[in-house]
Amino acid sequence: MSRDRRHIRLLIGLGAAVLLLLGTLFSIQIPDNSYKQDADRNSTVYETIYPTRGAIFDRNGAVLVGNKVAYDILVIPRDVRAFDTLALATALDITPEFIRSKLAEYERKRTSIGFQAVTMLRMLPAETYMRFDEVKYKFPGFRGQVRGMREYPVNAGGNLLGYVSEVDQRYMEQHPGEYRSGDYAGMTGIEAAREKDLRGEKGYHIYLRNARNQIEQPYKDGTMDKEAVPGKNIVTTIDAQLQQYGQELMAGKVGSVVAIEPSTGEILALVSAPGIDVDQLADIGKHYNEIVKNPYKPMYNRAVQASYPPGSVFKLVNALIGLEEGVLRPETRYSCAHGYNYGAGHKLGCHGHRSPINMEESIMMSCNAYYCYVLKNIVDNRKYNSPAEGLDHWNEYVKSFGFGRKLGSDFPAELSGSIPSARTYNRAYGRGRWNSTTVISLSIGQGEILATPMHLANLCATIANRGHYYIPHIIKASEGVEIDPRFYEPQYTMVDTTHFPKVVKGMWLAVNAPAGSGGTARIAHVDSLDICGKTGTAQNPRGADNSVFICFAPMDNPKIALAAYVENGGFGASYAAPIASLMAEKYLKGKTSRPQLEERMMQANLLDRVKHD
Amino acid sequence: MTERSTHTRQSVDWWLIGAYLALVIIGWLNIYAATHSSEPGSLISWSSRAGKQFVWILTSLGLAGLILYILPSRLWESTCIPFYVMVLGLLVLVIFVSSDVKGSHSWFNLGPVRFQPAEISKISTSLLLSYVMSQQNFRMTRWKDFWTVVLIIAVPMLVIVGESETGSALVYAGFIFVLYREGLSGWWLGAIGLIIMLFVGTLKWSSYWSVMFMTAMLLLCNAFMGPVRSRNKRLLYGGVFLLVMGTFPFVLRHFCEQVQAHMDFLSTRVWVPAADETYNYAWSFLLKVNPLWVLLGAGALALPLLAWKAWNGRDRFLAISLGVWTAGVALVFSTDYIFQNVLQPHQRSRIEVLLGLREDPAGVGYNVMQSKIAIGSGGLFGKGYLQGTQTTFGFVPEQATDFIFCTVGEEWGFFGCLLVIGLYTFLIARLVLDAESCRGKFTRIYGYCVAACVFMHLFINVGMTIGLMPVIGIPLPLLSYGGSSLWAFTILIFIFLSLYRNEKKYF
Repeated sequence: MSRDRRHIRLLIGLGAAVLLLLGTLFSIQIPDNSYKQDADRNSTVYETIYPTRGAIFDRNGAVLVGNKVAYDILVIPRDVRAFDTLALATALDITPEFIRSKLAEYERKRTSIGFQAVTMLRMLPAETYMRFDEVKYKFPGFRGQVRGMREYPVNAGGNLLGYVSEVDQRYMEQHPGEYRSGDYAGMTGIEAAREKDLRGEKGYHIYLRNARNQIEQPYKDGTMDKEAVPGKNIVTTIDAQLQQYGQELMAGKVGSVVAIEPSTGEILALVSAPGIDVDQLADIGKHYNEIVKNPYKPMYNRAVQASYPPGSVFKLVNALIGLEEGVLRPETRYSCAHGYNYGAGHKLGCHGHRSPINMEESIMMSCNAYYCYVLKNIVDNRKYNSPAEGLDHWNEYVKSFGFGRKLGSDFPAELSGSIPSARTYNRAYGRGRWNSTTVISLSIGQGEILATPMHLANLCATIANRGHYYIPHIIKASEGVEIDPRFYEPQYTMVDTTHFPKVVKGMWLAVNAPAGSGGTARIAHVDSLDICGKTGTAQNPRGADNSVFICFAPMDNPKIALAAYVENGGFGASYAAPIASLMAEKYLKGKTSRPQLEERMMQANLLDRVKHD
Repeated sequence: MTERSTHTRQSVDWWLIGAYLALVIIGWLNIYAATHSSEPGSLISWSSRAGKQFVWILTSLGLAGLILYILPSRLWESTCIPFYVMVLGLLVLVIFVSSDVKGSHSWFNLGPVRFQPAEISKISTSLLLSYVMSQQNFRMTRWKDFWTVVLIIAVPMLVIVGESETGSALVYAGFIFVLYREGLSGWWLGAIGLIIMLFVGTLKWSSYWSVMFMTAMLLLCNAFMGPVRSRNKRLLYGGVFLLVMGTFPFVLRHFCEQVQAHMDFLSTRVWVPAADETYNYAWSFLLKVNPLWVLLGAGALALPLLAWKAWNGRDRFLAISLGVWTAGVALVFSTDYIFQNVLQPHQRSRIEVLLGLREDPAGVGYNVMQSKIAIGSGGLFGKGYLQGTQTTFGFVPEQATDFIFCTVGEEWGFFGCLLVIGLYTFLIARLVLDAESCRGKFTRIYGYCVAACVFMHLFINVGMTIGLMPVIGIPLPLLSYGGSSLWAFTILIFIFLSLYRNEKKYF
């Protein structure tokens, strides 16, 4: 049977395969000398060509982030000959000790470095490099390599733009195969969000080198070289002037201002105070520790990362839900006796104003009692079987405004805030052991509600658009850069668009009602601008109340919607309203008409009021 | 065997163990050589990879002793089904829970230790395969049995492909040698060889030459396998056909050049006489002739004729050859599609570099180029232990794992390679011969499985470092750094030794 000889055939096959391996090995190891020559000159050397990083522009074409030339100093330790350490130190603007310690380090690691070049200094300014370049011939083994360095022509939006720094081990592991040590990448803000567009593609030149490790000639006449592809430019939706003005107004305060163009959802300004100065951004390595140690946490982007109780601003949402649910009509009147009595001797207080009032007046004067009634009617609606069910419906409405979830903007590290539901209270009090009075503080935007300034600005844009918003975003589509199509789609809330004008009227009155009529935001009034706004004063368990204000302008066909949040700023009208109003005026008119108010806002320093860890 | 041996010393194959130990120690020394400059530390310190490998070696020896002297050898046959199912479960599980290591999802991360279930799967598949094929009523030629075996091999193979470990999956192709030994028709091996040749030929040369090559092979086979009386006639017809079709492209090109030259000449003149125009028109169709179409046309004409002949003469072999030819042509035409659309881009570029279709000194080609330089610079005797420059200065990638053979080639030269490959050949041949001397089918088949696994790893890995195979990241058995791999091969080999020893004991 032939099968008996099959193992012989298989062994012959094994022999043939082994001979093939040995034959190939023999041919490359014995007769062929080219591999030995290649090994002698270590064959090829790669010189990396770094691309220029893309620039970042504002909406009007002003450069927010550009590039300037800087140099890395590279050393090939094997090529270094005896030299004048002091002269080199002077040329490079460093201490001779630094050079000596570096050289000692290279000596220790000489086997692993081998013939390679190592980076001794990073990001040397061009002026310093020029001084070195003149005397370079005296220092064999040292050379410069061009690198781009970030440059910021205007001081606008340190947190917003983000910084670029050298990638560390962890970053390389998170992006396998994309970076090598010595590469730079955007770490925060727009630099991080658009890293893929901005970074460009590295190129390389290949050279042959000889046995003495000297570069001889381009490999294959440079035909295998790859040129670097510069990064794409990014156009942002930011208005540089408005951004800068907002930062000036917020100086000395802790908080945030967000401005959105309601008709597009484009973010016009995103101020987080205190912020990072752009001078520090350019050389983040040097300033990093100082920034991290700052007790007011400048690295923390409050506009999208700080969750605050929204305060009375939130009454607008409750009014809209009441209207949609049919438990509130614009002409409904409630009386207020310095607050709302509930339970056994409990009272939610209110400030003094005339009574009873209708819905428009309740917005204008920011009556607390009025909204206690509204929320009670929403939650205890007969339609629903229990307060729990009523509250869950309320929760759905609120979430349809973008609260309690990430809005989905293109800005990194956005937080979702939180909106309570029946589950929240079931967990705290037990199922069926709470009712509308338990949750009454939700009526005035206190209690378990948390929202970011971005959420509030989005609410304002929604009202400005009379019922829909566009997802706030910071990058504009431009040549070669596309943005997600969802940014072009209007997002509707669960409240019918016909209810919005009723609320807008109240907001107009809050700002533009005649003196003495009780409008809470009269300080925000600007002639002929028709600003509509709503103040808020949110309790802050760590000190004075937070000052909150949202507004949009003009009333018809709004161009800008703002939310300002000043920690420990007191009443909404004390800081948030003037700051937002000044920014609206600046944006719409190009100048401001209230120099005293402006001066007072810029000079005010509330940092002492802010408690920090 | 008349004399029942009572001493295990006589029944354990110490030669095999000797080869195993030699390879493990060579591996350990070379891992140290490859990493000593970047990871200073002694051969046995835990901080370096050589030190870690030392620990793996010690634990492997422990495992080996356990399998050989403590665990009963019957264990393997009786537990192979649950073992196979369990390993398959792990293979699937790892896709979902693993961390991404260079694009592949095949590693379990257990604190400081990582482990790859694909390594154990070789053992479980081998055991189940041996179990199924050693059943009394098993016939390789029965379709049901054949497909059972194919399924046992293909399922783990496909899951491993799903883990993006195509290289490890390729090893399973080696089981075909086991099937061959157990009665699979040799034509299957021939068919696979033909498919590879057609694929490579089409990519490297042209479709025409691939089809020609296949036609020649089939004509030859038919001449020798068919009825003896018509052999000379068949050889003659075949020879004439090959001669004509082989020279046809050259003749055609020659004529095309003539026609082209003539037309170029005509086009330089202002006035073209009518006669010349006719001439021009009459011959220019030649320029559009693709020799491949002519060849296929000839094939299409001959096909029905030959089919008729096969039918008439009850020539089954000829009929099958015609089917193979048609399938082969279809493969040649779909090669481009498979290459462009089925293969992953990185696999495509590795094959392109291997076949010399593309130079890529910065990417895939870099690894192979550096690896060949390292091995090639070793010469006859090598540069000496720890004296290599290519492997120690970090020019060669993955120098302690997949490219460990570079260190052998550079520092120990051709003689070192001869030694190492010789040891492997000895190991494989010894496995085959031991297996062949067994009476129990289970042990024999298992021995073949082990030999096939070691062979595939050896051929693919060494082939990769010298540019014979595309870059496929699989370890060199027993040499490469890594606990998973060393353990798996230790278990694989020592299970055989245990089975073999008991074979000798009880018969």
